[in-house]
Amino acid sequence: MSTTTVAPSTGVKSAGVQSPGIRFSGVLRSEWTKLRSVRSTIWSLGVAVFFLIGLGIVGCLVVESRYPNVRHDFHPLSQSLAGVNLAQFAVGVLGVLTITAEYSTGMIRSSMCAVPKRLPVLWAKALVFGAVTFAITLPAIVIVFLIGQSILSGHDLQVSLSTPGVVRSLFGAALFLTVMGLFGLGLGTIIRTTAGGISALVAIVFVIPPILQAILTTSLSNDINPYLPLSAGGSIWTINPDSNTLSPWAGFAVFCGYAAVSLAIGAVVLRKRDV
Amino acid sequence: MIEVNNVTKHYGPTVAVRELSFKIKPGIVTGFLGPNGAGKSTTMRLILGLDAPDSGTTLVNGKPYVEHSAPLCEVGALLEARSVHTGRSARNHLLALAQTHGVGRARVDEMIDLVGLHDVASGRVGGFSLGMGQRLGIAQALLCDPNTVMLDEPVNGLDPEGIQWVRNLLKGLAAEGRTVFVSSHLMSEMALTAEHLVVIGKGELIADMSVADFVASASSNVVRVRSPRLPELIDALKAPTVTVKSIEPSLAEIGGLTAEQIGDAAAAHSIAVHELTPVQASLEEAFMELTQGAVQFHASTTQETEVTPA
Repeated sequence: MSTTTVAPSTGVKSAGVQSPGIRFSGVLRSEWTKLRSVRSTIWSLGVAVFFLIGLGIVGCLVVESRYPNVRHDFHPLSQSLAGVNLAQFAVGVLGVLTITAEYSTGMIRSSMCAVPKRLPVLWAKALVFGAVTFAITLPAIVIVFLIGQSILSGHDLQVSLSTPGVVRSLFGAALFLTVMGLFGLGLGTIIRTTAGGISALVAIVFVIPPILQAILTTSLSNDINPYLPLSAGGSIWTINPDSNTLSPWAGFAVFCGYAAVSLAIGAVVLRKRDV
Repeated sequence: MIEVNNVTKHYGPTVAVRELSFKIKPGIVTGFLGPNGAGKSTTMRLILGLDAPDSGTTLVNGKPYVEHSAPLCEVGALLEARSVHTGRSARNHLLALAQTHGVGRARVDEMIDLVGLHDVASGRVGGFSLGMGQRLGIAQALLCDPNTVMLDEPVNGLDPEGIQWVRNLLKGLAAEGRTVFVSSHLMSEMALTAEHLVVIGKGELIADMSVADFVASASSNVVRVRSPRLPELIDALKAPTVTVKSIEPSLAEIGGLTAEQIGDAAAAHSIAVHELTPVQASLEEAFMELTQGAVQFHASTTQETEVTPA
């Protein structure tokens, strides 16, 4: 332990510290340090990749072994992307945690003291988290696609990267997961607690849509359905969507809207509320 | 330099701080005292822009904290409670904060060494003792070489060696010309480190004065008198301004007279005196007196006798 004995020599003053002030690039670097230095990131993204690859392979193996007994709506691409349906949980939860863990630990006070204008922290979180999620899920998706199609090729069921819509769907799946995570980040910023943020995400994405379907008239339900998060977001990564969905990019735009609105509300409350 | 101008802050119906104003000058250690719940932490949060005041302003080096381009270089703060992600290492925690200001790893390691956390800097903060957490908080406060340092209860949880280190550090920081503002509920601690005091109670300013004036302002300066003929001596001393608190049959604390006056009176009446000790109120007692209002003597183990004027 260091002991300062003579009063004037604290050792705090340093020629090396010449801060240029807060720059957004610095805040980005800071958020990258934060994201890579906690276990929850590695766990959540690891689980996402595990689901993506594992379920995709299992899905293709099941079809392969049962052939020719396959579901009427079977598509070789969707079969290899079966894991997206579970990976979206892991990524959404990580999005929530990226901000709520700062509230639960008190880290948010340190963060907001360092960047008292506050919003750069949220934007930097969104950019870093989005980039990392995309960079990790895209290769996993491409890998499981290639493995899956080679499994399905045993019965000549496969599609290839040159099949129309395949490349868009693979990129789309990674984009979908990324935006799901950003939606979680926005909800976490609004609600500030991990449990609350995850509950809100699960409710909006998975619980409320079937309830709406149950209580609304069929025609009204059909009108609303394409705009619900999973159908809107799903249109970007499915190759033969059923008739009642938006076009891939229109659907994706609507899904981005959910994330954008949650982040915008999050930004407003982050600025206004006491930390 | 910290300026708090007429600040009021409510949390729901509770008033945390009411019309509070004070200035903290550079070059000295200023103690920020008040009982638990007095509003010390709230005031610090308001200064840092973490909470917004209902009315009034807080300025740091002439500007609101939020408006500084490099706020961590203006004010380094050790906040109440832990403000650290427990799953992160001390080094990564400090690095993430330094990076927002474009400050690099070398400085982070320098501060880790300064506070003596070198051996544990790579381990998760969740495994830190309270004292290690305080050291990390101090490293965080000093990270960007700020000219104002604001520490909330910095010696909390530190061992005697650590307390000594913080005392010297605070004095040293002040000697370097920095503004040093330190909250504490340990009056004795402030007596050793602070030159100036800001005292608040129930969110309102009670005192803003030097430590010396603060002690002098406490009216409980008394003289301990031990004499085998104490009752006779007390009779001889009777006057409207004189107070007597008897401790033992032959021992009392007499207020309102100097040791010289008492000694002379004893000599005039030929009463032997075995002890005659001026007792200055400690900072602790002065503080208790100020915050507890009219209670003049607050020892519960001794019997109090007020001598009524003859």
